[in-house]
Amino acid sequence: MHLMYFTERPYRHVPNDEVIKNGFFGIPNKHFDSVKGSQLLNEYLDEKILAEQLGFDGVMLNEHHDTAFCMGSVMNVEAAILARITERVKIVLLGNPLPVVGNPLRLAEELSLIDMISRGRLVTGWVRGAGSEQFATNANPGYNREYFNEAHDLVVQAWTRPGPWRYEGKHFHYRFVDPWALPIQKPHPPIWIPGLLSPETVIWCAQHKYPYIALATFLEPTVELWNIYRDAAAKEGYQVGPENFGYLQKVFVAETEEKAHDLAKWDMFGGAGIGYSLFGKPQWMFPPGYNSKDATRRVARQFSDPSSSKGSPFANAVGGGAGNGSATERVAASQIDYRTGAWQEEHVDVEATRKQIFDTFPQVERAMQVICGTPKSVIPRIRKVLEVLRPGIFGFWQNDGPISAEARTTNIRLLAEEVVPAVREIGKELGLVSPFEVQPGSRKLPASGIPESVGSLAPLAS
Amino acid sequence: MADDTKEWREESVSVDGTNLIVVKGGTGRPMLVLHDELGHPGWLKWTRAMARRRTLLIPLHPGFGRTERAEWMMSIRDLAGFYARYLKENGLAPLDVIGFSLGGWIAAEMAASNPGQFRKMILVAPAGIRPPSGNILDVFQLMAPQQLMASVYDPPNTPEFPELFGGGMSPEAFEMFEDARAQTARLAWTPYMHNPTLPHLLGVAAGLPTLIVWGRQDAVVPASAGDAYRAAIRGARLVTFDNCGHRPEIEKSAEFIREVEAFLAD
Repeated sequence: MHLMYFTERPYRHVPNDEVIKNGFFGIPNKHFDSVKGSQLLNEYLDEKILAEQLGFDGVMLNEHHDTAFCMGSVMNVEAAILARITERVKIVLLGNPLPVVGNPLRLAEELSLIDMISRGRLVTGWVRGAGSEQFATNANPGYNREYFNEAHDLVVQAWTRPGPWRYEGKHFHYRFVDPWALPIQKPHPPIWIPGLLSPETVIWCAQHKYPYIALATFLEPTVELWNIYRDAAAKEGYQVGPENFGYLQKVFVAETEEKAHDLAKWDMFGGAGIGYSLFGKPQWMFPPGYNSKDATRRVARQFSDPSSSKGSPFANAVGGGAGNGSATERVAASQIDYRTGAWQEEHVDVEATRKQIFDTFPQVERAMQVICGTPKSVIPRIRKVLEVLRPGIFGFWQNDGPISAEARTTNIRLLAEEVVPAVREIGKELGLVSPFEVQPGSRKLPASGIPESVGSLAPLAS
Repeated sequence: MADDTKEWREESVSVDGTNLIVVKGGTGRPMLVLHDELGHPGWLKWTRAMARRRTLLIPLHPGFGRTERAEWMMSIRDLAGFYARYLKENGLAPLDVIGFSLGGWIAAEMAASNPGQFRKMILVAPAGIRPPSGNILDVFQLMAPQQLMASVYDPPNTPEFPELFGGGMSPEAFEMFEDARAQTARLAWTPYMHNPTLPHLLGVAAGLPTLIVWGRQDAVVPASAGDAYRAAIRGARLVTFDNCGHRPEIEKSAEFIREVEAFLAD
C-alpha cells in the first residue's frame, strides 16, 4: 500500500458565518490576513516534514483558487519546496488543473523541475478544476474537457518526444518545443487522477491505465464506480487490481474519544462529509459547458426537483445521495447531490444552519465520511473501508476545520505511530498492492474474459 | 413555448456540412431573425405581427441544442461568416435582418464584414460593443432562471414573460438553456460578449438603414452601448423605451411592433 498524508491547507481564520452564508468560494478577500496565512503555510510545510519523518509514504497536495478552503493556489510552488526539504516521501500532486493552467508546456517544465529537484519523487496528477476555478482563472468552461485532453497529450509529449518540434493544436500552439527540463523518472512520472466520481473521467483513466483516486466519496457509489473502471479496463484488455485505485479518507485521532469528536465535528467546515457542496453556490460550481451532455442532463433533473436544497449551500448537503437508474447514473447522481447546494437565493438563518451542520455530524460519521477517535478505535473502521474498496493507495485527510496546529500535529503523530503501521499490515493481509508494486494495466483478464471486481459492498453487511 | 405549429415549419439546410435547422414562417420578402443567447423563444406576438409581411427565417444557432455544434466555430465572427455562407448559397441576400442581444451582435458582425448582404438591419439590445458606461451582465455567474429574470425589467407585469418559457423550468427546458449557455461561452467567454475590433469595422456599414432598439433599464447590456452603436454606424437611428429591460419585443411589444413596421415600410 501507498499511504499518504493530505490537508487542503485551508485558511483557518475565515469567519464561520461567512462560510455558512456563502460557501467558501466568493467570500471577499478582505477577510484574509497575509500574516496569518504565512504562519499557516509554513506550518503546513512543517507538517509534511513531520509526516515523512514519522513514516508516511507520500505527501499529497492539491490546488484551488480564490477560496479559504485551500490556500494552495499555485501548488507547484509548494511542491518545489517539498522537493528540496523532504528526502524520501513521494510528492503526490492531485492535481494540477490542466484546463485552467493556460500554458501546458510551462507546466511540463515546472513538473520536470520538481521531479529533478526531488530526485524522482514526483507523482503527477491532473484535474479539470472545480467549476469555480474556471471563473477564478478565466478559463472558458465550454472547452474544459477539450483543454484537459489536449493539455494532457501535450505535456506527456513534451516529456517523451525528443525536441525540437512544432506543435499546432486546436487550443495550444508552440513553434518550438525543446524543453531542457525533463523528468528524471522515465518515460515520465507516474500519473494518477483524482476525482469525485465523474464516470467520464473514470473511463478515461481506465483507457490510459491511470490509477483513479476517489476523494472521500461515499462508499456505495465508489464501489459502483470501481466497476465502471473495471469494465472500461476489460475493454482495453486488462484486469483491474488494487493498484488501479486510491481513496482519500478523513481520519482524525486524538488522545481520547471525547477530544477527537469535539475537534472532528469542526471538520464539517473543512470538507468532512459534505463533499464539495460547501465549495460554492451552484452558479459557480456549474459554469456553462463545464459538464458533459450526460452530466448536464443529471443536473437538469436535480434542478427541476422541488426538493432541491435551498438557502445556505450547506443546507440539505448531508444525507442525500444515490438516485435510481443505472449504476452510472447512481454514481453521477450522488456526485451532483453533494456538489449542488443551494439552487435558490434565500435568506440564511446562520445559527440554525450551523446547528443543522453540527447535528448531521453523527450521520457523517456513520457513513464513514469521517473516521475519528483514538488510534485503537479508528483502525477497525479503516479496515472496513479497505475491505470494501481495496485500494492500493490510501490518503489520510487531516481535519481541515478551525483547529490548532497542536491538535493537527498530535493527529499526524498518533496516525503515524499507531495507525499507519496497523493499516500497512491490513494492506498486506488483504493484498492491497500499490502502483509502485504492480504496474497498473499489467494484469491479464481471466480466461473467461469476464473481469473480476476489486471492490465489494459485502463487508459492510458484516 | 408559445408555439403554434400551423404558423411555422422547420427545414434543414446544409452549410459547410453542418445541418442548420431553420424555423420558417410568414409571407412576403424574407427576413433573417437571429435569436438571443438563450435560444429561440418560440412564436410570440411580435413574430406573429412580422410574419404578416415577411417570411421569417430563424436559424437555430449551431450548438444551441437543436442544430448540431460546429466544432471549428469559436467566435461570434465565425458564426457571422457561417451565416454569410448560408445567405449566399441559398440566394437570400440582400434581405432584412433583425437580431436580439447575441443575435444582434451576429448581425452587426455580418454588417461589418459585408453590409451588402442586408437591405435593412434592426438591432435589439445587441451585445458586441463594450458599453461606454456600465458592464454587460456576466450571465455565466447566474443560473439560467436568474438570467431569464434579469433580462426583463418587470417580469410580473410582462404578459408574455410566462409564455416565453412555459412558466416553470422543466428538465428539458433547463437542458436546452444549458446547451445555449455552453455554446455562448464557447463563442463569447472572453472578451466577454463583445469584440473590441467591432466598432472600428462597423464604419463600413455607414448608410445601411439601421434601427437600434433598447430598453432604458436594460440590466443585461447597458443602454449606453446603444450610443456606441449609433456612433459606429453612420445614419443609424436609436429608439429607447422607458420602463423596459433587455427584451423590448415582449416588454413593449405594441410600441416595438409599431417602430419596426414603420422602419421596414418602403
